Amino acid sequence: MPYVPHTQADTEAMLSVIGVPSIDNLFREIPDNLKVAPGSLNLPPALDEHRLMAHLSEIAAKNLDCTKLVCFLGAGIYDRYIPSTVGAVISRGEFLTAYTPYQPEASQGYLQTIYEFQTMVSELYGMDLANASMYDGATSMAEAAIMSVGIKGKDKVVVSEAVHPHYRQVLATYCWSIGIHVETVPASSGVTTSWNADEASCIIVQYPNFFGCIEDLAAARAAADAAGALLIVVADPVACALLKSPGSYGADVVVGEGQPMGIAMGLGGPVVGLFACKKEFVRHIPGRIVGKTKELHGDRPGYVMTLRTREQDIRREKATSNICTNEALMALAATVYMIALGKNGMTTVATSSVRNTQYAISALSSAGFSVKFKGKVFGEFVISLPKNATEVRDAMLGEGFLAGLPLGAYYKGMDDDLLVAVTEIRTKEQIDAFVSALTEVTK
Amino acid sequence: MSRMQKMPEPELIFDRSRPGRIGCNVPRCDTPEVDVASAVGAVRDDLHLPEVSELDLLRHFTNLSHINYGIETGFYPLGSCTMKYNPKINEQTARLAGFANLHPMQPVATIPGALEILYGVQSMLIEITGFSTITLQPVAGAHGEMTCLMLIKAYHESRGEGNRTVVLVPDSAHGTNPASAARCGYSVKSIPTDAAGNTDLAALATALEEVGPNVAALMLTNPSTLGLFEPNIERICKMLHDAGGQVFCDGANMNAMVGTTRPGDHGFDCMHLNLHKTFSTPHGGGGPGCGAIGLQSHLEPFLPAPVIRMSEGKIIADEDRPQTIGRVAGFYGQFLMEVRAYTYLRAFGKEHMADISRYSVLNANYVRERLKDVLPPAHDRPCMHECILTAEKYKKEHGVRALDISKRLIDYGFHPPTNYFPLIVPECLMIEPTETETKETLDEFCDAMISICREAVEEPDLLHDAPSTRITGRLDETLAVKNLDVRWWPNQ
Repeated sequence: MPYVPHTQADTEAMLSVIGVPSIDNLFREIPDNLKVAPGSLNLPPALDEHRLMAHLSEIAAKNLDCTKLVCFLGAGIYDRYIPSTVGAVISRGEFLTAYTPYQPEASQGYLQTIYEFQTMVSELYGMDLANASMYDGATSMAEAAIMSVGIKGKDKVVVSEAVHPHYRQVLATYCWSIGIHVETVPASSGVTTSWNADEASCIIVQYPNFFGCIEDLAAARAAADAAGALLIVVADPVACALLKSPGSYGADVVVGEGQPMGIAMGLGGPVVGLFACKKEFVRHIPGRIVGKTKELHGDRPGYVMTLRTREQDIRREKATSNICTNEALMALAATVYMIALGKNGMTTVATSSVRNTQYAISALSSAGFSVKFKGKVFGEFVISLPKNATEVRDAMLGEGFLAGLPLGAYYKGMDDDLLVAVTEIRTKEQIDAFVSALTEVTK
Repeated sequence: MSRMQKMPEPELIFDRSRPGRIGCNVPRCDTPEVDVASAVGAVRDDLHLPEVSELDLLRHFTNLSHINYGIETGFYPLGSCTMKYNPKINEQTARLAGFANLHPMQPVATIPGALEILYGVQSMLIEITGFSTITLQPVAGAHGEMTCLMLIKAYHESRGEGNRTVVLVPDSAHGTNPASAARCGYSVKSIPTDAAGNTDLAALATALEEVGPNVAALMLTNPSTLGLFEPNIERICKMLHDAGGQVFCDGANMNAMVGTTRPGDHGFDCMHLNLHKTFSTPHGGGGPGCGAIGLQSHLEPFLPAPVIRMSEGKIIADEDRPQTIGRVAGFYGQFLMEVRAYTYLRAFGKEHMADISRYSVLNANYVRERLKDVLPPAHDRPCMHECILTAEKYKKEHGVRALDISKRLIDYGFHPPTNYFPLIVPECLMIEPTETETKETLDEFCDAMISICREAVEEPDLLHDAPSTRITGRLDETLAVKNLDVRWWPNQ
């Protein structure tokens, strides 16, 4: 086994230094009835590297991935352009195989990239500051809700039903566990129009929301203010390159999924949660934060993990969260993405998404399909089909399309509704073909 | 080893930005232009992101990588972190288009290969841990701990025992244990460790008596964070079960057990694994983690959905789970990390799996033995996959702390061990060499440690001022808190 480099001579020499006759002897404190003999587990046989690659390639080929299907499915994870520099940077062993930068003097490179990540996430969201990353968008939102209860002290949180259903499921799990009451308010017109925010620590709104519609954040801010609640916005960072930022509407906390920024869809993981907030909440936030400082005995600047007394390894049960390992490498991918595209590239990607989406809406409308929610949308929208959306989605696979998300499983009375995303990498030709195929399968 | 004075301070990428530059070739849009404001409403004009060339971008990150230490840079003996080699083939398999380009909400019928990977990892981990079920949805170790505690909570509630609100945690535990318990609404009671380094059984019995019917669980790390196997594990599990409590195993130290002993056989009800430690998915500078959990059958009904399982000869993603705790993460968990873990597990296979525990324990005992005269082990027993040494005498006699030794080690080209953990060992140095290091590397490391201990006596300031060979000297962490600066500002 090449990953274990010991020669027979090494093993013997080491055992003789230790002064024991065998490796088995080192395990003498484990009761015999709890041991299994080496090689006795019922596992498949070892594969050499060549066979391993062939085996994995064969399994991978069984999937219908988005190089084989044209992807019009979004719902929080998006098929977007990934610059070639992202893979080049995150494959570097100095980053890929580093541990959490607890020893700052040996980790300045990574720490600086995290400081840059925090800056750019803050910029996109229009917030004072951001942390060093969370697991994913869903858990980031749940942590924000729990943080709001810690700040406001009221054990109710209010969430719009136009927030991603999986995010709300994660919120429900986290809140059940810690004894917080979750109330869901309707968005039957596609956007949230009223908030039952009395006695709530926060209200949670998505921007653009799960249906692709752009929520009225000014109204949400007013509702939060009237109830003395925090405003938590779940925001798509790519959309935020174009739309007015959640921060400009006075959001207290902005969270989101960072996957659209240079991270492979990968069946949804690993991705990266984003978490930004106003300065006044910095001591309440979960997870790691990197800060700039200087040498103890000199003037050179440097970066360290800071405000560590919020964290679990120091504060234990009084920590702001139990999060330890986060998603550093995925945050690095997003950092490379935000720099590679920069101000103009991110604005272009967002604008192209809007153009492609508008083109798809008008082509679908011309073909006789009806867009369910008529308001302003960013890169995604709901169409009402003449028949069951799941059947249509399945039929579209045969035409080479991942057509979107049937909404019946998540919303009552929406069995014929399909959520369609059109990112910047869809072409006019693909959109035209999509509309034709959809026309065909719904005949 | 003088300071690399010539090395310039790295520039922030924002300083390199010039209006109009771009660092990639953005996809061209071929649909008609639209009036953006009428489509989306008001748009922003206040976005400040860097504008740099693609080459400048690469130089920026390449230069930063040169001032960052990884396993591929050198030996990384960080205790409790299992910094083993991350094989390159794992990176290659995880990047296969058939894995990387899957959408998590695409129909399950289109991802049979992905289910095969998930089910394959689950099956191999079931055999290795001895539990009846594995779920891969938790995305990190602490997330796995929390999920286990949620399962325990749901189990007690299902039996009408929602009054079980106290979790017992040994004083040697990782900080995530009490933090995860608190996150699940539990109160935490600390259990002391005895002089031999084991769980203090008398104190445990007293605690169980005091807490009585309110005990929910014990969270035990085995091998403990002292690097010692808990010889009374079966008895401890029985004590908890007799009191109506559950026993969770913190699996951070699974590397010591792979192929040699199975926690599912020890009496534990559930455990978490860190695939990013034991099964070699890369740490990535602090994530992605990957936190599989194993459990006995009585906890199965409460698993987060979907559950990947075999049904009538076919692998399915079962969403019909009436007693589920719900989702703990957005989708299936860290799928591309599971591809890496699958690759790693299949490379070892039946024949070699036990090599992981056997050679990691050999390496740790070798380091322990070579260093015992300069840095005494905290306990006079064979260690498992890591050894815990104390630098207390250098603090008392020469004013040199474990931290100073660690920082000096950076000057010698090594990453420091974990220090000041576990909290119960004074001036603690926790060294985990893993099975992937050669004898020569361990010898070089031990020689460096011995030399540093000599310096501690003869020239203690060399240690106090360390490191002196890096891009920065020792950094002022107090100043970072006092003058909080966590981002660059556009008008800075």
